[in-house]
Amino acid sequence: MSVHTLTVDGVEVAVPAGASLLDAVRAAGADLPTLCHLDGLTPVGACRLCLVELEGSGRLQPACATAAAEGMAVLTQTPQLQEWRRMAVELFFAEGNHVCAFCVANGNCELQDVAVAVGMDHSRFPYQYPNRRVDASHPQFAIDHHRCILCTRCVRVCDEIEGAHVWDVANRGAECSIIAGLDQPWGEVAACTSCGKCVDVCPTGAIFRKDDTTAEKEAHRERPQLLRAARDQHQWLNQ
Amino acid sequence: MAGPTPLQLRCCAASGCRSAGSEALQAALLAARDQLGGAAEAVTIKPVGCLRLCGRGPLVALDRSDGSELYAELTPDQAPALLAAATGLGDGQGDALAGRRIDPADPFFALQQAVVLEGCGLVNPESIDDALAHGSYAQLKRVLLECTPEQVRDQVKRSGLRGRGGAGYPTGLKWDTVALQPPGARTVVCNADEGDPGAFMDRSVLESDPHRLIEGMAIAAYAVGADQGYVYVRAEYPLAIERLRLALKQARAKGLLGAGIAGSSFNLRLEVRVGAGAYVCGEETALLASIQGQRGTPRPRPPFPAQVGLWGAPTLINNVETLASIPVILREGGDWYASIGTEGSKGTKVFALSGAVANTGLVEVPMGTSLRTVVQTIGGGVPGADGPNGGVKAVQTGGPSGGCIPAHLLDTPVDYESLRDLGSMMGSGGLVVMGETTSMPEVARHFMRFSVNESCGKCVPCRAGTVQLLQLLDRFVERQASIADLERLEALCRMVGATSLCGLGQAAPNPVLSTLHYFRQEYQAACRDPGQCEPLDACLLQEVTP
Amino acid sequence: MIAPPSAQSPPLAPSSPQADLPPQAVERTTRLIRQHRGRADALIEVLHQVQELYGYLPAGALAQVARELKLPLSRVHGVASFYHLFRLEAPTAHRCAVCLGTACFVKGGGELAARIERRLGLRLDDPAGNGTWALEHVSCLGACGQAPVLVVDGQLEPRLPMDDPAALDARLEALGLADGAGAACGGAS
Repeated sequence: MSVHTLTVDGVEVAVPAGASLLDAVRAAGADLPTLCHLDGLTPVGACRLCLVELEGSGRLQPACATAAAEGMAVLTQTPQLQEWRRMAVELFFAEGNHVCAFCVANGNCELQDVAVAVGMDHSRFPYQYPNRRVDASHPQFAIDHHRCILCTRCVRVCDEIEGAHVWDVANRGAECSIIAGLDQPWGEVAACTSCGKCVDVCPTGAIFRKDDTTAEKEAHRERPQLLRAARDQHQWLNQ
Repeated sequence: MAGPTPLQLRCCAASGCRSAGSEALQAALLAARDQLGGAAEAVTIKPVGCLRLCGRGPLVALDRSDGSELYAELTPDQAPALLAAATGLGDGQGDALAGRRIDPADPFFALQQAVVLEGCGLVNPESIDDALAHGSYAQLKRVLLECTPEQVRDQVKRSGLRGRGGAGYPTGLKWDTVALQPPGARTVVCNADEGDPGAFMDRSVLESDPHRLIEGMAIAAYAVGADQGYVYVRAEYPLAIERLRLALKQARAKGLLGAGIAGSSFNLRLEVRVGAGAYVCGEETALLASIQGQRGTPRPRPPFPAQVGLWGAPTLINNVETLASIPVILREGGDWYASIGTEGSKGTKVFALSGAVANTGLVEVPMGTSLRTVVQTIGGGVPGADGPNGGVKAVQTGGPSGGCIPAHLLDTPVDYESLRDLGSMMGSGGLVVMGETTSMPEVARHFMRFSVNESCGKCVPCRAGTVQLLQLLDRFVERQASIADLERLEALCRMVGATSLCGLGQAAPNPVLSTLHYFRQEYQAACRDPGQCEPLDACLLQEVTP
Repeated sequence: MIAPPSAQSPPLAPSSPQADLPPQAVERTTRLIRQHRGRADALIEVLHQVQELYGYLPAGALAQVARELKLPLSRVHGVASFYHLFRLEAPTAHRCAVCLGTACFVKGGGELAARIERRLGLRLDDPAGNGTWALEHVSCLGACGQAPVLVVDGQLEPRLPMDDPAALDARLEALGLADGAGAACGGAS
């Protein structure tokens, strides 16, 4: 297998051909905040938190969706990148209704974690207080759109891993929302297998089990990767 | 370049003149010809594409053996007078056309150089026979017979042609990138999703001379080794779609598209794909998604469409004007084309001139022509205004991705680099002139509203950042802003510009940044109390409470 | 209360919205999908044609399109709701679009929109309008030489006289853009 050598913040790493810049960053022992990315799902490069700077050209690329190439030199923590990451997280908080104290995912929320990681304690942008829906029509699960950050992990896991394609994104711009079927109540969408993978991968408390109350949500964000390994490489966790 | 018959009336049948009543006018001309009889029967009346001066439609050009004349703002009841003037059978109706005759020596026409638009206004866009008579497809046939794909690409490289869709990427280089991908299927795509407000160049080409585009696409397909192609047209252009579809049908019937084109072994299948109202589909990866029947959301590049495009195959994407330049370049040679224009920007550029300007319409000039020439000499300046800058406050180029160039910089030559250095961009070619009374924060808000409306919603800086920018601009327009807002506006502009996923988001702050740069005092004047604003966070607390 | 997944798969969604559609239209839809050889990438073309059939995209028709193009329901709805020219609600009897492109904006498109809002007593971009009329904005029709422009029931109306309120009102009146309730505040000045 061919290997690419590159540097991450000056640290030299070697990654197999086909690896992403995110893989390279992790191999170098550095870490990048991510929200839309999840191992095992097709990267989309939407949350812009894992943007890194290519030294020399100064271009910014999403580490999750960019292939590592020989001789690249990437910077992950310039002051500028740190500031923009913080602003991106502020924008996330300001566009939805994220009230940690009442949230099922409090303490187990990637948005919360990212806010801590980038040092965001309040938003400099006015909160939009959008009026969104809560859909509790499914017998086991519910989706609270106020907490949705449109990472589309649920859409991808349902399509790519489960194969049911219950979810998709409707509308556009600030009006975007995750929908089930023809924008129907989730419980009415016959395609749903109730497998719960969308609950497992949701980074926030947007999709949750009805049994869970405040701070009780347990996510299993490793599952897509495990399932992919099982499917593609015939490697199972217990082997 | 006189028409084929000595006496001919060319009636503009493009959208602009149609909306001003050109269909009724043409019908009246035909009726008047029948009624007059005699010498009038020798007058050919044919529909043609854009005659340039859209703001004064409907337009009719009269070709005589000794030259051409143009008439504007005609009404059906003036048809007999026009025919009488054409045939010399005048019966004292000369007055009926008073003020309608346009001086062909007017700078609006005299300073233009028709290259892409050479057939526009001469050819009947609905007749392939007329197009063939004007030389359409001659270069395609010649190229298929005489040239290798490499030779074609070489001419395009020599021409120095750069993409006319906005970014100005060298066309020959793009063609090479596609052609040199590993063997396999390739696709050509024409981006006719002309969505910049204030731009109507591509619409005019599609409505006026569709065969030129088809020929250009076919040559491009041959040069990169593609056997299928799509023209992606925005649905807001029904007449362009109708004429393009007709032209494709005619070209297939003549064996100029399909299998074994013009007796060669070259095959090409071309299809039209119609958008459905999404500006972002002008971005090339979003456009590809839309052609594949998906939501028009962009994806990160690399890989570029030239490597991984439609259904994973290498795909060449060029805009209408770029592809319509190709037949001329091959006819006259790349070197000829490169002799027009400036060092870095070769050839001519078509602009759509509109806004607060006397002459609105389609303008094709050599690259490097100054904005002043285009706006004041060709455009005639702001009606009723005078002074050194003719009442012009700014010129907006590049649509929602561009910026406003202030009047004192009107001597800037129009080329890719000069406009970029001024914080604007060439864009697709819309030039909107703004008069002295235009408020710049309002202009910025106008464009930001557009970007909010057109954001696909995929990435957070564009989806949520543009909404915040719009609200900030609201405060300036409503004179509720603070100095802290000014700082926040600039910081957020830079963040959205640097971190958005696609060109739409990256360029969305440009109208704000350019107006901030050149008209900062208007923003400052809109602050509530410029002297004593509270520290940043204190301002925020107040804003949160409704 | 919770049925196990295996026991809860009804053959179809509870209400089949397609039942409300006229059978000829359903048949036409099938035919036109067949003309596209059932190719999924023809989705947008198909939606254009279906919208021509019904005047909008009823949920039942979207379900039929999804089934016959072999696409997930949510994918079809996602696409239909992304593009602004697709309507998911039945349109009002009359529709007017005001161009807010840059040239029209410079020539008073914004004031024109506000004036029509007042005359008709409705809000811009509210698909329900005043029940009879709806007013929407378009971003540019490429008719910049004729700015400002309107599209009234599909007909492009060029060069609205923004500098002459009386002439403007007369023109709007002639286009049928009049409303007893709205005229009082819009036409008085």
